[in-house]
Amino acid sequence: MEFDREILVLGEVADGKMTTTTRELLSMGRKLGDDLHQPLNALVIGKELQEVGKEAILLGADKVYSIDSASFSEFHPDYYTAIMAKVCQQIVPSIILLGQTDIGRDVAPRLAAKLSIPVTLDCTELNIDPGTKQILQTKPVYGGNAMAIWVTESNEPQIVTMRPRSVMMDEPDPSRKGEIIAFSATIDDSMMKIKLLETVKEEVKGIRLEEAKVIVAGGGGIGGTDGFKLLEELAKVLGGTIGVSRVPCDEGWMSVNLEIGQTGHIVSPDLYVAVGISGAMQHMAGCAGSKAIVAINKDPEAHIFKEADFGVVGDYRDVLPALISKLKEFT
Amino acid sequence: MHIVVCAKDILDPEIPPDKFKIDPDARRLIPPKGIAPVMNPYDERAVELALRLKEKYGGKITVLTLGSPVPVRVVKHALSMGADEGVVLADQEFEGSDSFGTGYILTRAIQKIGNYDLILCGRQAADWDEGLVGSIIAQNLSLPLVTLIKAIEVIEGRLKVNRVTLDGYQIFSVPMPAIATVSNEVGRPRLPGGWGIISAARKQVPIWSGRDIDADPSQIGAGAARRKLAKLFIPERKSQCEVLQGETAAEAAIKLAERLRESGVI
Repeated sequence: MEFDREILVLGEVADGKMTTTTRELLSMGRKLGDDLHQPLNALVIGKELQEVGKEAILLGADKVYSIDSASFSEFHPDYYTAIMAKVCQQIVPSIILLGQTDIGRDVAPRLAAKLSIPVTLDCTELNIDPGTKQILQTKPVYGGNAMAIWVTESNEPQIVTMRPRSVMMDEPDPSRKGEIIAFSATIDDSMMKIKLLETVKEEVKGIRLEEAKVIVAGGGGIGGTDGFKLLEELAKVLGGTIGVSRVPCDEGWMSVNLEIGQTGHIVSPDLYVAVGISGAMQHMAGCAGSKAIVAINKDPEAHIFKEADFGVVGDYRDVLPALISKLKEFT
Repeated sequence: MHIVVCAKDILDPEIPPDKFKIDPDARRLIPPKGIAPVMNPYDERAVELALRLKEKYGGKITVLTLGSPVPVRVVKHALSMGADEGVVLADQEFEGSDSFGTGYILTRAIQKIGNYDLILCGRQAADWDEGLVGSIIAQNLSLPLVTLIKAIEVIEGRLKVNRVTLDGYQIFSVPMPAIATVSNEVGRPRLPGGWGIISAARKQVPIWSGRDIDADPSQIGAGAARRKLAKLFIPERKSQCEVLQGETAAEAAIKLAERLRESGVI
């Protein structure tokens, strides 16, 4: 009974505003809804949600379930899971969409386990199979070195989280109409198994790697702490920041906090300059989302040249000073 | 304090990407010749965190692994790092299990091991990159769960746990027994020492089948999987690298600067 079902987006609100990832989800959910002839509804949790609810409608939601809850203005995993489970008892979503965010990546598996329904995390694309009308869930695997397309064949609700910035965001449509429904949910205390003591925001000195436009990263080829001074100079000229691959961390040349790779920072700058980095799978998993990659390496056979857009074969001690002084001429 | 750590082995992520091959028809990895699998790096951090807790509060660490072919090496690696005991779960019936099946098998094994205070898993496996199994075990055992953790302390019989977020962390107070998934912010796992390797080699590692854990066959294997893998492929590598030439490296560097400017990269 297709018409009974709906697409449900878990909306996220930060500082009273809808997050960019939620806008992306609503844009994508609207298209899915149109294709599947299902309404798109959103669930928002927080306080003073009137404006957020209206915005969700302009972005594509037909209904907004609003849970005004001053006591849980901060994210609590058990609370969010309990609320979502309650909502899913009252409506029958075909797809529950969340962002692969601090909230989504935590809640989606919990909810899937609680409701015993299928889930796919960190998708970059959702398509509808024209024949079967099943949802094809595309997601990077092996740190992005391969892509998997998962299909759920049963008719039960399915949960998907979408990687931020993987879908286009539409402009709000001021003519759209919808309904905001206050949803009240009392949560049984027995569902609250963990107690949130504090949410701590950490200030970062300089530019956060995830937000950097330019990253100059050094690897084993740098040979020691001193060599990074040249990289820092280049980063300064380019208005960027410094990163490292695994070897400089293992050798103790540089802080582990700067590591880029599958188990470090996953970055997507406009320009990634890889100096003395060979390009192991786990490292590429951290930087393959860069718009342009420049490789500087002594070894012409280094794998990094296969993934780079521009390259120079040579010792970085010769390459970087010339590069820095030429770049300075431009500014 | 008895800590159970769930760990598995995966393709070594340190290989260059051109050694990474998949069989698109069988929709699976073709293991590269001569490269041994390694413990999932996130699971290795779970072992590391368990060892730090044991050093501080005393107790015992049991490592649990599931896979095929029989992944004794994963358990031996954890034992050589300093874990006390290990169990391997291996059975043809387990093959093709999805996260729910895997979570179920691990749950049954954890129930058989019993008397645990804390269960640790890696935040995700560096092959399928999901991060579901810990949440499924938590649900199966009705345990409190914290995901993506980087630190734990024991305070007056409860756990004080730090969960990593994009711009900081959350602190939770959690009763025991509990389960947590461990993030890479824990830091580097230790290398096994000589004595650790010797004592690990001597330890017996029991291998449990589905029957040993009294597994319900309808919950495991490919038949119980909720999703099907429709396609597995390697995305096309985007770039043709333009390698800039020069009489000297410095000359090539100058050309690089010019090309970056021309092409609008900078």
